[in-house]
Formats: sequence, C-alpha cells, structure tokens
Amino acid sequence: MRRILVGIKRVIDYNVRVRVRPDGSGVVTDGVKMSINPFDEIALEEALRIKERGEADEVVAISLGPEDTQQQLRTALAMGADRAILIRTALAVEPPVVARAMHKLVEREAPSIVILGKQAIDDDCNQVGQMLAAMWDRPQATFASKIEIKGETARVIREVDAGLETIEVDLPAVFTTDLRLNEPRYVKLPDIMKAKKKPLDITDLAALGVEAAQRLNVRSYEPPPQRQKGVMVKDAAELVAALRQKGLV
Amino acid sequence: MNRILIVAEHAGGKLNAAVAKCVSCAASMPDAEINVAVLAANGAAVAQSAAAIAGVARVLLVDHPANEPALAAVLAPQIVRLAEGHSHVFGPSTTFGKDLMPRVAALLDAPQVSDVMSVESARRFRRPVYAGNAIVTVEATAGQQIVATVRVASYQTAATGGHATVEAVKLDVSLPTHTRFVSVTAARSDRPDLQTATRVVSGGRALGSAENFALIQRLADRIGAAIGASRAAVDAGYAPNELQVGQTGKIIAPELYIAIGISGAIQHLTGIKDARTIVAINKDAEAPIFEIADYGLVGDLFSLIPDLEKHL
Repeated sequence: MRRILVGIKRVIDYNVRVRVRPDGSGVVTDGVKMSINPFDEIALEEALRIKERGEADEVVAISLGPEDTQQQLRTALAMGADRAILIRTALAVEPPVVARAMHKLVEREAPSIVILGKQAIDDDCNQVGQMLAAMWDRPQATFASKIEIKGETARVIREVDAGLETIEVDLPAVFTTDLRLNEPRYVKLPDIMKAKKKPLDITDLAALGVEAAQRLNVRSYEPPPQRQKGVMVKDAAELVAALRQKGLV
Repeated sequence: MNRILIVAEHAGGKLNAAVAKCVSCAASMPDAEINVAVLAANGAAVAQSAAAIAGVARVLLVDHPANEPALAAVLAPQIVRLAEGHSHVFGPSTTFGKDLMPRVAALLDAPQVSDVMSVESARRFRRPVYAGNAIVTVEATAGQQIVATVRVASYQTAATGGHATVEAVKLDVSLPTHTRFVSVTAARSDRPDLQTATRVVSGGRALGSAENFALIQRLADRIGAAIGASRAAVDAGYAPNELQVGQTGKIIAPELYIAIGISGAIQHLTGIKDARTIVAINKDAEAPIFEIADYGLVGDLFSLIPDLEKHL
C-alpha cells in the first residue's frame, strides 16, 4: 500500500487578528476561530491529488494536539483523507516533540510520502518536516511548489531565495509545502456527512512513549513595536522633495 | 565561554551577505567565541571572505565535491561533527538556513530557536510569532546545545578587517545519496539583491499585469533599487517568487521601501517593518499600508510613477 501521511495542525484562523494578552502570558484565544494551518491544507490537497492520479492508495491525516483537534481532522476527512489519527495531548509541544511523535507513526504506518506545511502560522517555527526527515534518515524537499512522483523517486521544485530549485529524491521522503503548490479544494456538505463515518483514531502522546518535556520555555509574550503613521503628501513632487531632504534618493 | 558555530551560506564562490549578520548576532552573546563553518566543493575564496569578518576566531573549511550545490541532507551530518565542542550552532534565516538548521538540530537532539531577533542571554532569545503580531522571549533549559536561525533583517552587517585562521578539516562522515540536485533557475540580474539592498521598490496586485510590472522595474533602476513584490502580485504571475516580500517571502530592512499598489496585508507588513523609511502609493486612501508608512501618496500609480520619474 502506497500511503501518504499528512500533518495537520490546529491553529488560530488565518483571518483572526491575533492579540497579546495584557499580562503577557500568551495570545487571546477565547472565542477565537480555530482552523487547519493553511500550509497543511495545501499539503492535504497535494496528497489527494497524488492519490487521484493513481500514484498513492491511501491518505492519512495526522495531528498532535488537544481533544478539540478532532474538528480539524474531521475537516481533513471531509476534504478527502481516508482516515485520521490524533495524537492527543493537552500540553504545549515544541517541534522536536511533534517530529518524534510523527516519527513513531511513520514507523507504524510505513508511508512512501509524508507531506507537511512548511510552517505553522502560529509559532512560525518551520522545523517539523526537516526534523522528521532527519530522525527518519530520509530525504527532505522543503518549500515545494511542484511535486512530481516518478515511481520510486520524486522530482520537486522548491521556492528558494535565488528562484526555483529542482531536486530529485528517493522515496520515501518528506515534503513541505509552499504557498503556490496548489489551491486547496472547498469542502462540500455531502462530504462533511461522509467524513463522520470515516475512522479517526486517538492515541495519547504518552502512550507513544514520546518524552514531551519542553526544552525551550516561553517566558513572555509582548506586542510588537508599532510604527507611527507618517504624513500624507499631495503629489509626486512633494514626495521626491521629502525623500531628497532625508538623503534617501 | 559560549562557542558559536555559524554555518556559512554561499553560492558561486561568494559568501552570502547574511553570514556577516549572523556574526553580529553571535557577537551579541556574552563571552562569545565565533567560528564559521564553510562546506563547499572548493571553498578557499569563501573561507577567506569569512575569515575577514571582524569577530570571527576560526573558519573551518570542509571541501568535498558533494557539498555544492548545497543539500541539507548532505550538509547536516557534517555540521553535526563540526558542532562538537560548540554550545550554539547558528545559521541565517534564509531558505538555505531554514531548510538546513532543523535537520542539524534533530541530529544533535537540540532544540531550535527560529528567527532570533535579539539575544537576551546565552540561553534567552526573542523571536517573532503569529506573523510578527507577537514577540516571544524563549529560554532554553541548561545543559544542551542550542541551534538557532538568525533573522537577518534584525542585525547590521559585521565589519570586515578580521584575520581569522582558516583550518581545512577532513571529515569521515558517510554522506547520503538519496537527495540529488537537478537545477536552479534564477533570473540573472544586474539590480541590487533584494535581501541586502538599501532601496527597494515593490509592486502589488494593482499593477494589473506582468507587462505593467515593468513600470516598477523602470522606477527601481532609476534610483538603483532592488525590486520586490507582494504575494498577490507573485500569485498573479506579475513577478517571480523570489521577489516576494513578507512573512513567507523575504523579510527585509532597507533604508527606503517604496510600496506601489500594495494594500498592506499583515503578512506583507511583517516583511518590511524594519525598513527605515516606508513610502506607500495607493489609490485607496483607506489601505492599511498607510497606517505604517512614513510618507503616503494617494493616487493612480499609472500617472504617479511617470510623475515620480520626472522629478527624480
């Protein structure tokens, strides 16, 4: 069975304006909409397309998080994942812990491909995919904007600072997604109904034998320094004069 | 003593400008000894450039044909060896460093601090989260190595004039062959590099087409600026991906940033808020970009760009 594992993270919705709590203990989450990390939606979409092309047989959505993460996994099932696994923990977990837990599932599920978002829009770490690839001792193709499966290898175009880089990797391998890889499909109502019947297994993090101790502790949150609004100029001449005066042009 | 190993990014025999910024970050650590690792096919020239950065003690040069072009899976096990005896391993928060450093961290069984914007102590760092909507202070527990990527826009370039020793190192590490470089397509350009330019002119969706985006190029050339683009402009195909400025593109800190036809999504603003002076030109007076711009000009970009050129 050619299997694809897709990482799904529950994060504060992309459209929510995130605010730091006045006491600096975190960000405001009460009553805030939670969603699938947008990069992970792209990862799932790509996995579904690979399967639809006949290059994989099964797509499994996996997540690590609190009980409520079932909502995001149900959405993933509605998008088209065949089944889902939640590694349940109420603790805040850092990327090496997530990677270790995913590695445990990788050993159990023996996927040919693992696809993750390149980063989560909450902690912006950009670490789990690369860490998982290292622990698994397999190739990584990060920041993918095109993935072509060619039998036992894959050709991936990566968005890098210089432009677009193409690499070839042997499977199994870990891919992480960039924005332009694809546009995720919308979930239709009948699919939501169907998703309720799809299997969603729950395993506790502790039961996987993964040490969850934090090695990077967040001491405080603070809002970023704000830039002051400047002045409005009336035309190009006034703008150029102002920039000249500051020696900028 | 904190011994920091900085992984050098380089291409085409040239040291990336981000490395000297990583040195500035490392130099802000207490009691720091800074070493630079150059992994290359033939890295003598790159190693000399690194040795000339003030504050660098030693450059460790590993020449191996497999080291160029750089592949994270090939470099990581070598860096793990070089990291022996170091308390910290730093890399730039560029696509090179973002790809490589977590792989190194996992092999070292070390935590990684991504996008360090300031050093509070040898184990305490500040970094942005939520697309820059919050800054966290994180502290690593004692008794372990720390891997970090340095948010280069937060640091000045370290001075030159150093005289570090260059040591050629032979490593007995088996390198994987499961990952192979095929090609890179980069637009050759005589223009300044977006990430290090002192002036940047960026265009957004309002340009309306790839042809119209040439207006941005013309204005940029007029003032010797690099070219940037919003995500919307890149998604629409007006500009290539390497020009994207913002949270998931490049985070830049030029002296002058001119945003034309860019409304100012939070992800874009995250990429430019360290710019010294921001100029916004937009036909919508309510565009969020005006909230952070030092100079705002409301109007039609198709008439304002020629106007600007006339006065420059």
